[in-house]
Amino acid sequence: MSTASTATGELADVLSRYEVVLGLEVHVELGTRTKMFCSCPTVFGAEPNTQICPVCLGLPGALPVVNAVGVESAIRIGLALDCSIAEWCRFARKNYFYPDMPKNFQTSQYDEPICFDGALDVDVDGKTVRIGIERAHMEEDTGKSTHVGGATGRIHGATHSLVDFNRAGIPLVEIVTKPIVGTGADAPAVARAYVAAIRDIVRALGVSDARMDQGSVRADVNVSLMPIGASEFGTRTETKNVNSLRSVERTVRYEMVRQAQILDDGGVIVQETRHFNEATGETVGGRTKETATDYRYFPEPDLVPVAPDPAWVAELRAALPELPAAKRTRLRAEWGLSELDMQAIDNAGAFELIEATVAAGAGPESARKWWLGELSRHANEAGVELSELSVTPAHVAELQSLVDGGRLNDKLARGVLAGVLAGEGTPTEVMTARGVEVVSDTGALTTAVDEAIAANPDVAEKVRSGKVAAAGVLVGAVMKTTRGQADAKTVRELILGRLGVQ
Amino acid sequence: MSERQRATHRTAAELGAAIATGETTSAEVTRAYLDRIGAVDGAVHAFLHVAGDAAVAQAEEVDRRIAAGEKLGPLAGVPVAVKDILTTKGMPTTAASKILSGWLPPYDATVVLRLRDAGLVVLGKTNMDEFAMGSSTEYSAYGPTRNPWDLGRIPGGSGGGSAAAVAAREAPLAIGTDTGGSIRQPGAVTGTVGAKPTYGGVSRYGLIAFSSSLDQAGPVTRTVLDAALLHEVIGGHDPCDSTSIDAPVPAVAEAARRGASGDLTGVKVGVVREFAAAEGAEPGVVAAFDAAVATLTKLGAEVVEVSCPHFEYALPAYYLIAPSECSSNLARFDGVRYGLRSGDDGTRALEEVMSLTREAGFGPEVKRRIMLGTYALSAGYYDAYYGQAQKVRTLVTRDFTAAFEQVDVLAAPTTPFVAFPFGSRTADPTAMYLADLYTIPSNLYGGPAISVPCGLSEGLPVGLQIMAPTMADDRMYRVAAALESTQEPRLADQTPEVTA
Repeated sequence: MSTASTATGELADVLSRYEVVLGLEVHVELGTRTKMFCSCPTVFGAEPNTQICPVCLGLPGALPVVNAVGVESAIRIGLALDCSIAEWCRFARKNYFYPDMPKNFQTSQYDEPICFDGALDVDVDGKTVRIGIERAHMEEDTGKSTHVGGATGRIHGATHSLVDFNRAGIPLVEIVTKPIVGTGADAPAVARAYVAAIRDIVRALGVSDARMDQGSVRADVNVSLMPIGASEFGTRTETKNVNSLRSVERTVRYEMVRQAQILDDGGVIVQETRHFNEATGETVGGRTKETATDYRYFPEPDLVPVAPDPAWVAELRAALPELPAAKRTRLRAEWGLSELDMQAIDNAGAFELIEATVAAGAGPESARKWWLGELSRHANEAGVELSELSVTPAHVAELQSLVDGGRLNDKLARGVLAGVLAGEGTPTEVMTARGVEVVSDTGALTTAVDEAIAANPDVAEKVRSGKVAAAGVLVGAVMKTTRGQADAKTVRELILGRLGVQ
Repeated sequence: MSERQRATHRTAAELGAAIATGETTSAEVTRAYLDRIGAVDGAVHAFLHVAGDAAVAQAEEVDRRIAAGEKLGPLAGVPVAVKDILTTKGMPTTAASKILSGWLPPYDATVVLRLRDAGLVVLGKTNMDEFAMGSSTEYSAYGPTRNPWDLGRIPGGSGGGSAAAVAAREAPLAIGTDTGGSIRQPGAVTGTVGAKPTYGGVSRYGLIAFSSSLDQAGPVTRTVLDAALLHEVIGGHDPCDSTSIDAPVPAVAEAARRGASGDLTGVKVGVVREFAAAEGAEPGVVAAFDAAVATLTKLGAEVVEVSCPHFEYALPAYYLIAPSECSSNLARFDGVRYGLRSGDDGTRALEEVMSLTREAGFGPEVKRRIMLGTYALSAGYYDAYYGQAQKVRTLVTRDFTAAFEQVDVLAAPTTPFVAFPFGSRTADPTAMYLADLYTIPSNLYGGPAISVPCGLSEGLPVGLQIMAPTMADDRMYRVAAALESTQEPRLADQTPEVTA
């Protein structure tokens, strides 16, 4: 897929013969202070194997104890997704072998999830798509393997593997959608918007830092195709651990095209787990599900059932913060923007940035102007997301206040912003260091005005005689002598006053 | 009798009192038991690890604590042997399996911590069937334990090492674990007292899991009072075990003392009709049981027959539930992180090394149960096997609940047969499984049960089992102590001298 238009063309071709069905499983790493079943800390990036104990190492004899905050977070996620909350549920053991899973079973939930039967609306290009939520359940993360010696960093070809158990036992909530049908050409965008919405919700709830780049939100993307009009879903593939919004979108698109080619050629889709390669934009086959483990789930006998008190659940429901969708509606009204404006903001990923900029004191219109204008241009040039730029909402608000206070004009402000992006400091620091502040000393300006009048007596005469528009030449001359650091409006007023007009 | 010989003939309660009053010291008593182990364990093989100098050092520390006036419990300074399925920090813990050879746990089980806190001295780790799967210790990877009553016979299992150590006076006290009878059946066939507390009454933290929903640690001793005192040391709520009951330990020592008066007036004892009708119990066992019931009547108890119609399904249900849980619990033993690793010569893939490790590290009974459990939990079989067994478990529990509406405790033989000769049941697994016929129902239900010596059959000990409602452990201690009070001398003190 070389260009976006080719991709769209391919997709349209696929959709002329097939319907796409999606299923998304999003894993959210909870930001609890301690792990799901022991009191080890959960700090990201610690030295390997320093946040471990007999429980999360699965040593013989060790037993789990449920983290109450983990349960609370799972319930709050369920409530935000409009789920029913189980009055009684259990953990279950999911049995399979993997070297970074200490007990060789994962403590998870099976047929008795804590949250079930919810829904989430996501907006794609002004259309609302309702995503059914099958369930949200609690489980523990595994350790992390690093495969050394191979070319790809994957286990194939590696000479040895290192295992870090710091992540083992970190609480996860897995949110599983019902099959998502009827999205057609929007399927990639819907998948992306759904994962983004989950990320924003868990962040708003404060239950996770929701850093996809650190793996604290990751998605398993299930895609299948069926001939148009068919009643039975096709065989699906599951692309595991997709860890950016862009990759979610690309995974769906790639799988749709790949599967269509196989089906067109009379082939069959193998039910398997796949891996998304960021570099090539392709998915590659992994474990085949047919021969994979029978997980032999059974209720976890080391833990007692979880039975949240309905009164407590009601309290949690009442105390939910404003969720992203509601906040968007509210701020759209407060900012006085059209739905189209908001879509532009959403597409640029600028909503939270603008919100924070407004919170830091800027007006909504100027905040929007900076993020969607000058800063979007910089981001595009650098090929990064707005949030990855080295400028903060506080910087933007500060820059705007310098403009509002007359200390910078628009042109100077753009230059200062470039300095901030270059890491030269805060807007005020850059302005001072570069010596680019607007000349507001009227004494100095008056001298410059007098010089300009003296140097252009014929122009001055025209202005005196009522041709006010001719004053522009004099303003330009003053701006030139002040190297652009004067406020043009002030200069114009000074000139007109000097020449006795108005 | 020398002072040292005397130490090994006293009860734990007597030793505790003698140490507390300064008549003797913990170090002196500990050395006496270490000497005894040195003298007879070559013949008995009750221990897989003897703590030796570490035990003496711990005893000396306890003596210092006592001398400093620290208020310790009634068993302070008394040595105790611990079944090798409970983790001991820095002390080998193998569960009698090759797969854990060389493993030094970095932490103490809660039971072990409580022993140490109460000033008891850990003498060493006792032999058992591998991962507690068996009824004879013949499945220990390190060779069987021999019954002090007859060295050609099994000491019961899985906790044969703990029972034999106590019977042979190598330890005054021992800790066992009971999943389907592993404390009680060894108690019965070695003439010792073995008590399985209410499930959740003693923490399982640090107990290497065989079947998590059934495993329970408990005391193995020569007297009912000693068992009760030890029960009070190790019992009680533990926040590290979610299934631990958050309630005070029943007053079991008080109940044992009360029972020792020999008065059971007002106590209603139920005899399970279905057990009496079950085939396979040896006539000598039935005779000893009948005599014990007659004694209870003589002590004032009212004995009635009760029906527990689902008890006959308990054994097959157990052999689905326990292997199912074990297949998951033992999955962690793969040679990747600790213990044995086999075949890792740099040429083999991960799966192959795991497979070779498990092939070399697990014995035949463990492999059999892992396979049984893996099958019972498999897709398509789960409902028919594991699911069905859980329904039986509910029905067995209902039988107990109904029975305890009529009676205070239930009585039954502990096991259908006396200690059998080595090799006589290993060829047929189901013949071995029958040893737990009468003990398994209490594990499925979760209630407490105790085995107390009640007589001899052909010169070998027979145990009476008393079962009580959950968290009414005190009742069984009272009845057991009453029966014990009629024996002079106690059966446990009639163990023949072991000739090395």
